[in-house]
Order: sequence, then structure tokens, then C-alpha cells
Amino acid sequence: MRETSRSLVVVLAARGLAPVIQLFALYVVFHGHYSPGGGFQGGVLLAAAFVLVRLAGGYETGRHQITRRAGPLLGAAGVLLFAAVGAAAFLTGGNLLDHGRVPVPGFAPAELRSVMILVIEVGVAIAVAAVLTAIYDELLGSEDDD
Amino acid sequence: MTWPIELVLYVVLVLTALASLEVKNLLAASVTLTAFSFVCALLMLSVGAVDVAFTEAVVGAGLVGVFYIVAIFRTTRRSAD
Repeated sequence: MRETSRSLVVVLAARGLAPVIQLFALYVVFHGHYSPGGGFQGGVLLAAAFVLVRLAGGYETGRHQITRRAGPLLGAAGVLLFAAVGAAAFLTGGNLLDHGRVPVPGFAPAELRSVMILVIEVGVAIAVAAVLTAIYDELLGSEDDD
Repeated sequence: MTWPIELVLYVVLVLTALASLEVKNLLAASVTLTAFSFVCALLMLSVGAVDVAFTEAVVGAGLVGVFYIVAIFRTTRRSAD
């Protein structure tokens, strides 16, 4: 878990599976409006891919995807993206998350609602993926604390 | 006419739950708990809750199993009692 696995089977299976899981995670996030899935499930799938790479390749490989320091920061950034999209409708005179009123040129209200929900889903996915990867890192602990 | 499949799934659900409670090896317990989660997801799928089933399969059978195994890796592998 901490260094690269010695088993060739584990490394090759992770190398083959991780890109497929990440692509499917993006599909789940971006089709969350009208099919099963959404931000949370896509984010967990993305975190599963990150954790798979960390299990097989150790932190030295996994830090190229998301570093230990970036986990809590990206989690906060995802929550802030959600809050900012909610507050955009709030500050322009509507109710919270009522995006039809936000004056963005070139969008009909229904289109705007659809696009803003997509942004919210992306924020949720970023937060969930980053926080779950950070939980894995914290569970495993650092190199020098045992 | 899916009730025979659901009956089999309910039986497997109870069996995996009892196995994860009774087994003394914690690694085996976490693996059977993952199997429990997966059967639970299939049952939710059979009653039409596709979104819940998806979440259960991804979280319960995917990521939480890894977290259990990491926790066992950080402690000891067999239960004390």
C-alpha cells in the first residue's frame, strides 16, 4: 500500500482498470440529470480509481493524480463551488438555487437551470472524490508516525 | 416473475450477514460484509431503486471495503474474543 506492489498482476490490473473507472465516473457525473448517478456516485467512483492506483502503486504513483495536501483543499473547493452557485441565484434576487433568474446572457431560464445543476454536480463530485481520497491517506497514515 | 431470484438473494443476504458476524478473521469478515453490501444493492435494484442500488454498490461494495482492509492493515488481523 505504501510502496509499489511487487506483484505484476496487481500493477497491470490497476493500470488497466483505473482509466476505465475514471472515464465511467465522468460519464456518471455528466449524465446525472437524466439517468441513475450524479455527483456523489461519480465522485465515489473517481475516488475508487484514485485509491486503486494508491493501493497498487503506492503514494509515489498516486501523488501524480492527487497529492496528500490537495485532498482537503479540493474538498473545500467543491463545497465552495456548490455554495457559490447557490448564492448566485440568492444574490440576484431569487431563492437559493433558483437559477432561472440569474441574468446570464444567451441562456433561456430552463437551459440555465440545467447548466447550473451540472456545475453543482461537478462541485459535489470534486468534493466527494477529494475527501474520500484524503480519508484513505489519513487512514494509512504517514511514513514516519508508526 | 422475479420472486425466485429475490428469494435466493434474501437467503444469501442473511447468510453473508451471519458469516461476517461470526467469522473470527477480520479480513474475511470485511470481505463477507462487502458481499452483503453487493447483495443488498441487487435487492434494491430488484425493487426499482436504481439510484440507491448504484450508491450502495459503489460505496458499500467498492470503497468501504478498502477502508476496512486498510484499518485492519493498521491494527491486528484477528479479533481478540
